[in-house]
Amino acid sequence: MALDTVAIAQANPDTTQPFAELGLKGDEYARIKEILGRRPTSSELAMYSVMWSEHCSYKSSKVHLKQFGEKAVKTDALLVGIGENAGVVDVGQGYAVTFKIESHNHPSFIEPYQGAATGIGGIVRDILTMGARPIAVMDPLRFGPADAADTRRVLPGIIAGVGGYGNCLGLPNIGGEVVFDETYIGNPLVNALCVGVMKHSDIKLAKAAGAGNLVVLYGAKTGGDGIGGVSVLASETFDATGPAKRPAVQVGDPFVEKVLIECSLEIFSEDLVVGIQDLGGAGLSCATSELASGGSGGMKVELDRVPLRDATLSPEEILMSESQERMCAIVEPKNIDRFLEICKKWDVTVTVIGEVTDGERLEITWHGELIVDVPPRTVAHEGPVYNRPLAKPEYVDRVNAEKISVPRPETAAQIKETVLKLAATPNLADKSWVTSQYDRYVQGNTIQSQPDDSGMVRIDEKTNLGVAIATDANANWSYLNPYEGAKLALAEAARNIATAGAKPLAVTNCLNFGSPEDPGVMWQFAESVRGLADGCLEMGLPVTGGNVSFYNQTGAVAILPTPVIGVLGVIDDVRTRTPMSFDRAGLELYLLGDTADDLAGSEWAYMHGQRGGKAPIADLQREMRLIDLLVVGRTSQIFTAAHDLSQGGLSATLTEMVLRHNIGAVIDIENVGTTLISESPGRVVVAVTPEKAAALKNLANKQQITITKIGTTGGTSLIINGADISLTELRKAHTETFSKLFG
Amino acid sequence: MKVGVVTFPGTLDDRDAARAATHAGTTAVSLWHNDADLKGVDAVILPGGFSYGDYLRCGAISRFAPVMEKIIDAANGGMPLLGICNGFQVLCEAHLLPGALTRNHELHFLCRDQKLEITNNQTAWTSSYKVGQEIVIPLKNGEGSFQCDDATLAALEGEGRIVARYVGENPNGSRNKIAGITNERGNVVGLMPHPEHAIDPLTGPTADGLAFFTSVLNAMVK
Repeated sequence: MALDTVAIAQANPDTTQPFAELGLKGDEYARIKEILGRRPTSSELAMYSVMWSEHCSYKSSKVHLKQFGEKAVKTDALLVGIGENAGVVDVGQGYAVTFKIESHNHPSFIEPYQGAATGIGGIVRDILTMGARPIAVMDPLRFGPADAADTRRVLPGIIAGVGGYGNCLGLPNIGGEVVFDETYIGNPLVNALCVGVMKHSDIKLAKAAGAGNLVVLYGAKTGGDGIGGVSVLASETFDATGPAKRPAVQVGDPFVEKVLIECSLEIFSEDLVVGIQDLGGAGLSCATSELASGGSGGMKVELDRVPLRDATLSPEEILMSESQERMCAIVEPKNIDRFLEICKKWDVTVTVIGEVTDGERLEITWHGELIVDVPPRTVAHEGPVYNRPLAKPEYVDRVNAEKISVPRPETAAQIKETVLKLAATPNLADKSWVTSQYDRYVQGNTIQSQPDDSGMVRIDEKTNLGVAIATDANANWSYLNPYEGAKLALAEAARNIATAGAKPLAVTNCLNFGSPEDPGVMWQFAESVRGLADGCLEMGLPVTGGNVSFYNQTGAVAILPTPVIGVLGVIDDVRTRTPMSFDRAGLELYLLGDTADDLAGSEWAYMHGQRGGKAPIADLQREMRLIDLLVVGRTSQIFTAAHDLSQGGLSATLTEMVLRHNIGAVIDIENVGTTLISESPGRVVVAVTPEKAAALKNLANKQQITITKIGTTGGTSLIINGADISLTELRKAHTETFSKLFG
Repeated sequence: MKVGVVTFPGTLDDRDAARAATHAGTTAVSLWHNDADLKGVDAVILPGGFSYGDYLRCGAISRFAPVMEKIIDAANGGMPLLGICNGFQVLCEAHLLPGALTRNHELHFLCRDQKLEITNNQTAWTSSYKVGQEIVIPLKNGEGSFQCDDATLAALEGEGRIVARYVGENPNGSRNKIAGITNERGNVVGLMPHPEHAIDPLTGPTADGLAFFTSVLNAMVK
């Protein structure tokens, strides 16, 4: 194909262009022409197509996401908010923490190992770009039924990819989720979270300020992988009969990324960059346009200077390539020699590809010919915005009206059978088969990791300051009531860090949904965002950023609405955290919170093929009082252990607690047919020594949290209302599932 | 006493190894793969990670790093040298220790708290343990299965050069459940599990690993 320049575009305004194949709609193409006052060159068309894709432009979600800003709480903790690569939160002692979660769903379905690996790689670079040292990752994952053939294809590859890349970067994997549901078959969800730490003064932003400053590309060379990934892959519904899309999946090299991290941190420590951006989705198109529009707007780039892995790449392909492990920095001329020297030390390829100008245009040349001349803001930030039609789907009222009818465990035999079945079901079974493929120890600061309620890392070895993070989604509840579902997921994630005694501080999210072109899906999305925004406002937690993944559907079947909510909290002394389980006999066990007949959306109902009923209504005021109780209880050292109740209810919580240190418990509960399996939100089981029981009761009364004594620890069995389940038998049920399924 | 900790591109556990050495009362000195200078250290640790991305074979490229030339000379002269995980792989590739580490028999990366039995406390790195002592420290690798020919195995067994063995189920298919070995002189030790991740129960399963680092301090003070 002959080179298409700005001059040619002006001379030949009527050339037919493949905008539709690049994922642009007719009116979007017309808008580009209007902005430029001419047809775009093929390079400009490539840039607009990737940057205006759903994945990069948030064109369907923007009108809803702005609630996170409008309803935001006033807080001094938020140092950098939504819009940058990741939000930054003040955690005290001069430290700032940045964290973010992103999806890599579609690539992971097509090529599980590389899709998942580059998902980790991308989110880690987002965190690095803020100036932070990445310190941990987490991976909320969702798959089709555990015994489905395609799950056996994608799950082992995705786990190996998450581990292969994360382990090689030296980042401890401190938690995540593995959830199975038939709606995820064909659309597995691979969400990846990374957290990083820095000093306040080290925060970096994506802006290209200062005419004459240099645009520097460093890291891996650019290849043909991932071309059009964002537009073709992330923004279109899979069609079972469509062509193979594997060439659009990126291929990662974690070794290059590890070196890039260390090289970048050395560069940051000497304060050698004015602005920085990683190259992820939309590659150079994104990095150049975002950096330019983050500054004064003017930038000149000589695209032919970009080092290539494949010399035959066209300028359009170079602009769209999503080759991994690349960064783009803005460097003052006086610092460039030192910058190049550090890259040389780390054997990192580095090239000055352009400079910041005092104009307002992003100009890109190819061997001296002008091929791109655009206002960068129109590429990066002024993409189309859709107010897509939304309508409450007909299913909602129908399923909400359904009554749950499941077997109730009443006799000793039924109690035992229920506990063993819940312990073994894939959604609740022991996940060691997965987590043993991840390094949780590297960096030497991991305090908690799976199967704890939250991941916790120490960030200062002298003061023992630490952060805790949990991610949660309850898609069953979101399906029944997306507004409450989002609030409940937020409350659960917050509770999961509070059980260890950490104080919730900020929220990130990864919103996984079906096609936004379906008004029913759009309604689910809008309700989820509204619920999350309202919930965060009520709990006083700022949303620091997030990610939207649409088009998770095959044909007309969308995934369950799956807003994955991540909550980050701070703990002043990790040595005083409350562990998830007890390691001795003679402790008293209490249930905090109220248990109602909440079986809608529960694991027990799901195991009996029932998806109907009404989701619980979130009581965030009570959740906040419970969180206070847990944090105060930790600082005053009341608890020996505390563990959240969620999927699988009290049965699952007790199973996990007794197996952790192989210490049994004797439990006596009223209304066992409900209490054992209900998933009422806002509940925690705590273990205390008898001497602390009075203090615990005082604290519960003060916070108006219902407290019920349910038993004592000890023995070699979990005994519930006389039903004796030996720990050996329980462990066998809990731990065999994954190795049987996946080998 | 100064303990050098080598960083190759792709090394991951260098800061952990330095922390462990410091915890044990020695002074950790970082050594860069491209430096041909050991900065006057009394002992060296080759930490875990994926040096040079583990390309070609684990440790195969690292053994040619400029710093390795000096380390090999010093080790041949009796300097204590500990290779952990990827460091053990480097020692085998450098022929300071016999055998090779191959892919785990279940073909997965495996991270778990591993019980070991210390079987030789006459080395520079294990003198603070008792023979027969059982310890629990993290194991985490994809290529941790120790393999060698029968004659080498017989020699290692016969000369008491097996430093530690896995207790219970063999986690990776290592011959004779070998977790670590030493050279004839006892100054060079290669160990697949990670003692540097078990120096404090706050961040590791136990503090059982610390004695590797206090051992070398004792060895030097003697």
